[in-house]
Amino acid sequence: MPDALATPTLRMTHAQYDTVLAHCFDGFPDEACGLLAGPFADGAPTGEVGQVYPCRNADASARTYTVDSKDLLAAMRDADDHGHDIIGVWHSHTHTDAYPSATDVRQAVDPAWCYVIVSLKTGEPVLRGYSIHDGAIRECAVQVG
Amino acid sequence: MSVEVRLPTLLRAHADGASSVSAEGATVGEVFADLVAKYPGMAGNLIDDNGGLHKFVNVYRNDDDIRYLEQLDTKVSDGDELSILPAVAGG
Repeated sequence: MPDALATPTLRMTHAQYDTVLAHCFDGFPDEACGLLAGPFADGAPTGEVGQVYPCRNADASARTYTVDSKDLLAAMRDADDHGHDIIGVWHSHTHTDAYPSATDVRQAVDPAWCYVIVSLKTGEPVLRGYSIHDGAIRECAVQVG
Repeated sequence: MSVEVRLPTLLRAHADGASSVSAEGATVGEVFADLVAKYPGMAGNLIDDNGGLHKFVNVYRNDDDIRYLEQLDTKVSDGDELSILPAVAGG
């Protein structure tokens, strides 16, 4: 039986990683969010990140985020132009660890996505990725380089 | 009316993996009814128990969010593009 939580290593460039972190710092003290796009093979993400899309947090909140739907639409269209699809979402935790909150788990929409969380709890940002399916959380490896 | 409907990755499994499909209808609600008739697996993902737009879904007619138009009664024309987007949120 296939493992629903088996996800490939998320592979980002340094420039993409820097874009994600910069957007998180820019959004502080609110949570910041954005989308990741990349190629699919056999109906599943390969793990390669082709594009990163900083988005507006429609909640404008330090506790929750909602990716602005217009930004999501623009990201989906741009990803499509590259032959890619949305493969994940990132958001910042301003005062907690880089681990999915109960709200993150409850609202996770796609078990194939990688949910990247950037903690700004301490001076040094911590970035980790997870797959979330039916309430179960599993860390997915993130490679930068 | 025939419109193109762009599907989020999560719904593609119900449409044989297609990223967009054609559907018929004069309103968004009619297009969704046609979609569900063709792809029954989408039923619970688009419409809630009260017959309204599912709260975890956003729908755009071209560049406009139908929540700010006439919701499921929003009219569509030949060649319009409907985009179904998941509500991406957390805390």
